[in-house]
Amino acid sequence: MTERIVRALTRSPLNIVIIAICLIWILPSLGLLISSFRPAADVTISGWWSVFQTPFKFTQFTVQNYIEVITDQGMGRAFINSLFITIPSTIIPILVAAFAAYAFAWMEFRGRNILFIIIVALLVVPLQMTLIPILRIYNRLGLSGSFFGVWMAHTGYGLPFATYLFRNYFGGLPRDLFESAYIDGASRSKVFFRIVLPLSVPAIASIAIFQFLWVWNDLLVALIYLGGTEDVAPMTLQVSNLVGYLGRDWHLLTAAAFLSMALPLVVFFALQRYFVRGILAGSVKG
Amino acid sequence: MCRRGFSHWIYVAPALIILAFFLLYPAVHTILLSFTDRSGEAFIGLANYKFVFTNRVMQTALRNNLLWVVVFTSMTVGLGLALAVLLDRVRYERIAKAIIFLPMAISFVGAGVIWKFVYAFRPASVGQIGLLNGIVVAFGGQPIGWLIERPWINNFALIFVGIWIWTGFCMVILSAAYKGIPKSLLESARLDGATEWQVFFRITFPLMKSTVAVAATMMLITVLKIFDIVYVMTNGNFGTEVIANRMYKEMFQFRNFGRASAIAVVLLLAIIPVMFFNLKRFREQEAIR
Repeated sequence: MTERIVRALTRSPLNIVIIAICLIWILPSLGLLISSFRPAADVTISGWWSVFQTPFKFTQFTVQNYIEVITDQGMGRAFINSLFITIPSTIIPILVAAFAAYAFAWMEFRGRNILFIIIVALLVVPLQMTLIPILRIYNRLGLSGSFFGVWMAHTGYGLPFATYLFRNYFGGLPRDLFESAYIDGASRSKVFFRIVLPLSVPAIASIAIFQFLWVWNDLLVALIYLGGTEDVAPMTLQVSNLVGYLGRDWHLLTAAAFLSMALPLVVFFALQRYFVRGILAGSVKG
Repeated sequence: MCRRGFSHWIYVAPALIILAFFLLYPAVHTILLSFTDRSGEAFIGLANYKFVFTNRVMQTALRNNLLWVVVFTSMTVGLGLALAVLLDRVRYERIAKAIIFLPMAISFVGAGVIWKFVYAFRPASVGQIGLLNGIVVAFGGQPIGWLIERPWINNFALIFVGIWIWTGFCMVILSAAYKGIPKSLLESARLDGATEWQVFFRITFPLMKSTVAVAATMMLITVLKIFDIVYVMTNGNFGTEVIANRMYKEMFQFRNFGRASAIAVVLLLAIIPVMFFNLKRFREQEAIR
């Protein structure tokens, strides 16, 4: 019993620090959440925390902002479009990057390092600089306005990060793993699919999370390559049309921001359980 | 290391082809444009580069980016690493991680609205609607123009928004690496009487070094390109300009493709030392595994 109390006391500074950081991190979002339930007029008069002075006065809250966003013409279609853009744009770069990273980490060939360095250096190319040259080619090929064009564009923009992270993760796998597999006569592709990929679940999960939410929250790429027509517009585009130029109706933006946040958070929670300890345990002998 | 066959090209070809088209070709295009005039037609030598390093607003932008590089990178990686290690010891790890990760899931327009609420500034005579000034006034202070007071307060206010968004990123990839360290290794060190600090600096950190380097590299690249936050919050006014925002203005407002390209090339050059560091690191990794 006393041991437990001592342990709780020695750990309490840790808990205090962590809880303080969490509070700082969540307060701004909490403000947005509360604001999204307040009438547009109230938000400009008093701070969101003033609702706590009369927390049980329910008339100060409204779901009008959410109703306006959800019932907006074309929002349902936009949600489907967002999914249709995001899912392939997450899966394709993960596959392509994993293949390349496997070669960069475990195969020897001329120009390996320099090619890899170029790939990572491409991370720094500002997206805005690529839009016009690519769009010109897209127009010539008839790819602008097509989902395929957007999938490939997101793949291109996501590849350097995914390749870099995979290369680093694969490179850290123990050498014995590969040597014993090759001695047993396994081919490169067999080693990749049977050993490398299953052992890399945490890396795949982290890349999937980030690629998913970057594409999900993207406005620029969709706007440039897809155009603004309603049959292809994703949610970000629909919301920005709804909110208006320079965000005049930003009380709707508060509600829209929370609605569009929901799915990336679900993905995060779903993939979080793959960040587990000891995935390598038992794969090689001590 | 497997030396058989030529199949390595099959593995790298899809990535190389896609990258050549979407990033390498535009990059080369940009480099060529950086030596031309505003319409991209006449060759004007290094004039655009002279502009980048001598223009007053550009110098402010370069100074601010340096401040961003130092503060943003050290804070996101440091805090992310601390959280990755510390959260492993508490029972509410999942919920705490979700809270730190939350800002990453918000679109940058949403984040802009959130922080305008936090930093909102009104004269002392009327009620404050910004959280930070609400706190300041409640403690009897004068409201502060967080986004206006130059050069320190407003730049740090913007950098903090960046830290708020990107710490979750570092935490997630560093946490994945921390979970990859066998628990038995840490336990046996503790049994041998090592203090928690010794365990961290002698075992945990050396094993996580490569992932820390990845996180730091990613943050450096992110911060060099930092644009959204400044664009939404101040658009570079009040001495908060950054390089990428300036590039965006040159390109889409002033329609000066030559200058915009030269700015992009400077960003590209700034990353070269980081790449050399990474190359050295990968050689070391291959030597010991």
